[in-house]
Amino acid sequence: MKLSNIRLALPTAILAIFFSATGRAEDAGTDVSKQSLQSKIEYCKTCHGVSGQGFHGATPIPRLAGQPTEYIENQLRAFIEHRRDNRYMYTVSHVLSPAMRTALAKHFSDLNPKPLGGASKELVAAGKKLYNEGIPDAQVPPCATCHGPEAKGNGEFPRLAGQLNDYILNKLVNWNKERGQDPANPDISAIMQPIAHNLTKPQIEAIAAYLNYLE
Amino acid sequence: MQSVKTQMMKFVIAKTAVVALIASVLPALAEDMEPASVRNCTWCHGASAQGYAPAPRLAGQRSQYTENQLLSFIKHTRDNPFSKQYMWGATANLSPNTMHYLAIYFSQELPKAANDGDKDLAASGKTLFEDGNPEANTVSCAVCHGPNAEGVRDIPRLAGLSYYYLKRKLTQWGEGYHVAAKAPMPGIAGKLSSNEIEALASYLSFVK
Repeated sequence: MKLSNIRLALPTAILAIFFSATGRAEDAGTDVSKQSLQSKIEYCKTCHGVSGQGFHGATPIPRLAGQPTEYIENQLRAFIEHRRDNRYMYTVSHVLSPAMRTALAKHFSDLNPKPLGGASKELVAAGKKLYNEGIPDAQVPPCATCHGPEAKGNGEFPRLAGQLNDYILNKLVNWNKERGQDPANPDISAIMQPIAHNLTKPQIEAIAAYLNYLE
Repeated sequence: MQSVKTQMMKFVIAKTAVVALIASVLPALAEDMEPASVRNCTWCHGASAQGYAPAPRLAGQRSQYTENQLLSFIKHTRDNPFSKQYMWGATANLSPNTMHYLAIYFSQELPKAANDGDKDLAASGKTLFEDGNPEANTVSCAVCHGPNAEGVRDIPRLAGLSYYYLKRKLTQWGEGYHVAAKAPMPGIAGKLSSNEIEALASYLSFVK
């Protein structure tokens, strides 16, 4: 895919997401009791960290704090619909009502703990440059184009600021195995597919180190 | 006054005794190159550190976990009755270097599964270990302890630990022991029912 094509595809994708999100807001409802929401939040935080800042389990468990609500809701649906492959998160999400998913997304979106940190600080400067400028020769657009100049995310585009660096690495090198797993039901993950493919591991590690410390 | 002959006899007997003593000790020393610090552990944890009675298996345990536990005995934050009775004293004089050495030493011993749980409960224990119970907000154990309960970094290996040890440890969290342990275990274990604990401990005792 050429860079110009990606640039054209992005506004289209954003528009599509905007319209689908407004359609869903109506059927979400508000039938979640305060107590059941609180228990579910504690359940999520057992693995995702007490402030949603992420946690290192057997594999890196991502930061949810500050994610756009649309991103969290779309990922929960993606687990349920097998668009995104993860057995643990399928088990977790398939019992959640739409109203509960909306309420959880709102809760985590409003949190703002300090990043967990831990990445190599030596890579931060190189990562920042890659994040803001992309790699034109490799047809990699600037990450900031979709994820925002401060990496705060936008709609179904995730926030990356403060994300666990080894989580970012795991996701990008396994993109094809985990995302967009239902060919009949393509989703926003298709945008990232060629980009993830064209990035080298050292480039991903540098970008991930920059994002790891970004507040 | 002793005769010269008697004195000679005494000398010979003494010398023979010393030689005999050295001869009896030397092969033992040659066979057993383990330092005294390792032997002090294996008295209770078993000669190959597979665990014995109340003492859990140390063989194959993650070294960072073992080292953290040794520290927690010294700081008295691991405070269940057996810890107080045995481990607080046993670790009191360990230097940081010795703790580090012991943790690595035991992590390299091959673990054997205890196989002492209830076989009929293993299947339900496996489901609980892998998937938790999402309706009841019980998390999956495998997310942190690994799909085969192998552990990682300071998260302990649970595979093949003794049923009795696992059951006791999980129950003690619910009784308020060991609350200083890093989140999230006190909160998770405290909510498990005794049936769930029996099932988990049974399943894990068979995992290789």
